[in-house]
Amino acid sequence: MEKEEDKMNEFKSIKASHFKSKIGVAITASCFLIAVLFLIWLLFSVFSQGINRINLEFLTNFPSYKPDKAGIFPAIVGSVYLMLLTLAFAIPIGVGAAIYLAEFAGNNIYTNFLRHLIQNLAGVPSIVFGLVGVAIFVRFFNLGRSLLAGSLTLAIMSLPTIIVVAEESLRVIPRQFREGSLAIGATKWETVRYHVLPYAMPDIITGIILALSRAIGETAPILFIGSIFAKTPPSSLLDGFLALPLTIFYWTRHPNPQFHELASATIIVLLMILLSMNGVAIAIRHRAQTRREW
Amino acid sequence: MKRKSKERIISYILLLTASMAVFITIAILYALAAGAFRFFADERVSIIEFLTGKHWVPSGGTPSFGVLPLLAGTTLAAGGALLFGAPVGIGAALYLAEFAGKRVRAIAKPILEILAGIPSIVYGFFALLVISPIIREIFGASYFNAMSAIIVMSIMILPIIVSVSDDAMRSIPKEIREASYAMGATKWETAVRVVLPSASSGILAATLLGLARAIGETMVVTLAAGSVAQFTFNPLNEIQTMTSYIAQVATGDIPPGIAVDAAFAVGLLLFIITLTINFIASHIVAKIKNGGWRRRRIR
Repeated sequence: MEKEEDKMNEFKSIKASHFKSKIGVAITASCFLIAVLFLIWLLFSVFSQGINRINLEFLTNFPSYKPDKAGIFPAIVGSVYLMLLTLAFAIPIGVGAAIYLAEFAGNNIYTNFLRHLIQNLAGVPSIVFGLVGVAIFVRFFNLGRSLLAGSLTLAIMSLPTIIVVAEESLRVIPRQFREGSLAIGATKWETVRYHVLPYAMPDIITGIILALSRAIGETAPILFIGSIFAKTPPSSLLDGFLALPLTIFYWTRHPNPQFHELASATIIVLLMILLSMNGVAIAIRHRAQTRREW
Repeated sequence: MKRKSKERIISYILLLTASMAVFITIAILYALAAGAFRFFADERVSIIEFLTGKHWVPSGGTPSFGVLPLLAGTTLAAGGALLFGAPVGIGAALYLAEFAGKRVRAIAKPILEILAGIPSIVYGFFALLVISPIIREIFGASYFNAMSAIIVMSIMILPIIVSVSDDAMRSIPKEIREASYAMGATKWETAVRVVLPSASSGILAATLLGLARAIGETMVVTLAAGSVAQFTFNPLNEIQTMTSYIAQVATGDIPPGIAVDAAFAVGLLLFIITLTINFIASHIVAKIKNGGWRRRRIR
């Protein structure tokens, strides 16, 4: 009789702990759900406010104090120029550094030191790069508040990320590729150039596009340098410029609520650009993976 | 012979590109230190007053440069974001690592990537124009308030917290979980009493990385939390953080002169704080990667 009661109690406690287990799982699931719902809410409120403002005139007009006439043409051009110039500075240096670290560097103090620096640079807040950009490029090199200064700032900001992803892409290439090439008398550089880099290229490009899409959405680093008064697209490297994130910033702060709709419309344009960049990156990675023969 | 010299030149060029990391670091240190030096060289400023003063009035007739209000603003904003973000992030990571099926995991990754990929200016827009009106309505907060920035930043730091904690939890060997199940523990008991403690150092690293990100976040606090430096911990008040002071200088809302140099001193302090936090976090992550877990628990 007593034994039976024990069994019943045990059964009840097992039932209770399974019930507790279910509650616990539900709570953690709702933590994840919070993130999902927040994302949906954010995207919905941006799109519902801004979608009606998007038309050809908005994309081709110049900024104006009249909300009905204001457009983002110089901001789009400015952002595209920034992106291309940042690429031009960051790719050779980033990929070169990655090749050095992955293929040439010995296991010594200096290499270790470089790795630590790169890792720590990746964690520096973006507004600090804004200060650096204004002190070094704008004032020290006397480039002024120009497109050139802005893109150099974004380039030094995204370099650590580019180096890290490029190095990882080089490291996944099998050792045998290098050994085969070295065995028939190729030098180290020839080996890297013809037997490692071509295979790592799709991954490197993917990583660079992703790093670049981060850089182009950044506001803080170019807050010092870009200018709301640059109402025409830059025609030389030393011209002032406007960019999409800056436009969003100034219009969000604008007291007239009509400009908030314009800010949402600009956000939609920015998100579309980022989305298509990510799409291209994913497509390149996918294509390379399906064609991979090793 | 020619081939050899070409090889040597190329390897030097590559070494030079890798050494750009050194130049960038020097550029950062030089820019911040030179600006901070100009600031502290001014007779109206003393380092002691900067570090202990409770009044931050950068412009006007009698400027006062005590950084504590900005530090309090940063502490309130980043600490608040962590207070919401860390439990939710760790909970979500626990769900994804321990309970979620393959299909949920498959959609979770892109969702977190999108959250991480949305530019901070968009979060700032959302904080000021969507969250803030609600906070004002419910709590009677001021137009700019710390609360709306805190809420949005707590979501912004989720991706980093979730992905690093998820990695830490999934690196726990399967045998440990199986031992727990064999003892009759439920999934929840295993997750909370076995996985969570074993992954604790990874979770700590994740939390620190989230904190560093929140401290360095600029656009959300600049747009939503305002630009009045106050020594306050009330989230309904308008505040100014270290980052949003620098942004205020950047947008030209502050006349040039000593107030601009002050931004470099604040930037130097911000740099030191985030560097320290990131340094500790990366040490913990490196330790986990080197198999610190097994060594500590099993041997």
